Amino acid sequence: MDAIRTEALTKHYRVGFWRPRPYVALDALTLEVRQGEVFGFLGPNGAGKTTTLKLLMQLIYPTSGRAEILGRPVGDVAVRRRIGYLPENPYFYDYLTAEELLDYFASLFGYAAAERRRRVASLLDEVGIGAERRLQLRKFSKGMLQRVGIAQAILNDPEVVFFDEPMSGLDPLGRREVRQLILRLRDRGGTVFFSSHVLSDAETLCSRVAILAEGRLVASGHLSNLLAFQVRGWELVVTGLTEAALERATTLGHIARATPLGAQHYALELPITVAPDGVLSELTACGARLVSLTPVRETLEDYFVRQVADAPRERGLGTGT
Amino acid sequence: MQVVRHVALSVFKESVRDRVLYSLVAFATLLIGASYLIGQLTAGQDVKIIKDLGLAAIAIFGLFIAVFIGIGLVWKEVERRSIYSLLSKPIRRHEFILGKYAGLALTLLVNVAMMTAAFYVVLAYMNTQASDALRAVWPAPAADPGMLRAVALIVLELLLVTAIALFFSTFSSPFLSAALTFGLWVAGHFNADLRNFEVVVESKTAAYLARGIYYVLPNFAAFDIKAQVVNALPVPPTYLLLAAAYALVYIALLLTGAVLVFSRRDFK
Ligand SMILES: Nc1ncnc2c1ncn2[C@@H]1O[C@H](COP(=O)(O)OP(=O)(O)O)[C@@H](O)[C@H]1O
Ligand SMILES: [Mg+2]
Repeated sequence: MDAIRTEALTKHYRVGFWRPRPYVALDALTLEVRQGEVFGFLGPNGAGKTTTLKLLMQLIYPTSGRAEILGRPVGDVAVRRRIGYLPENPYFYDYLTAEELLDYFASLFGYAAAERRRRVASLLDEVGIGAERRLQLRKFSKGMLQRVGIAQAILNDPEVVFFDEPMSGLDPLGRREVRQLILRLRDRGGTVFFSSHVLSDAETLCSRVAILAEGRLVASGHLSNLLAFQVRGWELVVTGLTEAALERATTLGHIARATPLGAQHYALELPITVAPDGVLSELTACGARLVSLTPVRETLEDYFVRQVADAPRERGLGTGT
Repeated sequence: MQVVRHVALSVFKESVRDRVLYSLVAFATLLIGASYLIGQLTAGQDVKIIKDLGLAAIAIFGLFIAVFIGIGLVWKEVERRSIYSLLSKPIRRHEFILGKYAGLALTLLVNVAMMTAAFYVVLAYMNTQASDALRAVWPAPAADPGMLRAVALIVLELLLVTAIALFFSTFSSPFLSAALTFGLWVAGHFNADLRNFEVVVESKTAAYLARGIYYVLPNFAAFDIKAQVVNALPVPPTYLLLAAAYALVYIALLLTGAVLVFSRRDFK
């Protein structure tokens, strides 16, 4: 049984007041997330990530298609006991304290008072909310609300956790804590499905990712296997490189571009077709010294830009490519 | 059921902390105080005036609490998106609506109880100040427990107003909900005039239409027995029972409507 499964999940919004027309927020998303996976759901702003998560939480109803969590249709109350959800930019009740909010949510799971107290205290410790837990939530900063949001999402030791942009609003330390939390959840055997528009959030965490652009799934799989993120070439930085040696390597087609950084000091772009070690030994034989060698990958941001540039389309119905 | 109770308690907690409530209660108390001052100026009739004013104040302040909290209850959760995390918990949408309603009903009950207590304290004080001769001409004793029947009907009316406000707030903005709720409240108080519309208009269809509207609109006038209790006129127990049944059926229909609308909607 998969943790999450969607089949051609589609959501159209009607936009425009006078002449409402459909707008495709999510276009036939088919996705399977296995249990125990940390799954990154990536895409630029407006790609349809939040829409997907809201469909999975049945906060909105699909135009067509189906979705299941833990083998049950979304909206099944029994499944809700086994999942957790952090909304994007979470907001709660002004006049409740962090403790009271979590106690309230815990009561909806039917935990007894002593159990609730125990859970709430340990959760607030886990997300790093100290004495502020007795403060009313209207006095909380965005980052603190995000932490409360994470705490309420894992209140019931969920088997599947849905995080919508869990890193947003957090400082670098907070982001690292969230990363560690996600790995802890995974180590406990949980499934984590999180959305992000930042590739680096996913790189160190995910077993698999899905990439969404303009409401459509454009790629999915292990990040390093995704064609778009394969190494596209190398950047070689050398010093002591003579003009003659540079010219010879260029004519051989070993160097795509050379950018001078100083006297006899160059950043060289090698095409993916040549082996960097071969070029390197050829240049060092002429007296050059290696400064650095780095693989060139496309960033998620570049990838998105290219996707959008390649297939510009109106997100209305019937005009899609 | 447990879930409904927890939602209701959170509504109660939140509205008690929202200071709007305190100010309304304080204001009602002040008004009762003012009515006492008026009583000082009009010898003899004072106890009746205070009863009239006090009951009217309880009804009006209850109305404002019911409308102003009722219209925001559901709307605020949707607008601020606090409903996102709430509905991902094991709670069904109808439990959410019923919990919100029960919470506001509880808030209202507590407020009306506080206002009524203050009201009776003023009246009891009046009683100690009056001479035996004055008491003899009063139609009813000052702290007459019979007035609780009027308070009970006010509570029923407020529960109905709350259901109306909550119903509107499941799909419209607070401003519109408030306008619609107040509109219905006013229409419901002058409803009786529609029943005998044929006296005023020639057209038969207009008269039937008016009669139809009369049966559909909430008949708020039916909950007003202030004049009867203040003047110690009889109010048959069956009347009270009928009014209660009427309110309960109406509330049930409104809550069903609210649940149906709310269960189908998308949260933006
Ligand atoms: N309620 C709505 N009405 C109309 N359009 C919407 C609504 N919600 C989202 N959208 C549109 O759907 C697209 C996808 O939005 P969203 O899922 O929030 O993207 P993401 O979370 O990936 O940034 C966006 O272009 C957004 O403007
Ligand atoms: Mg989003």
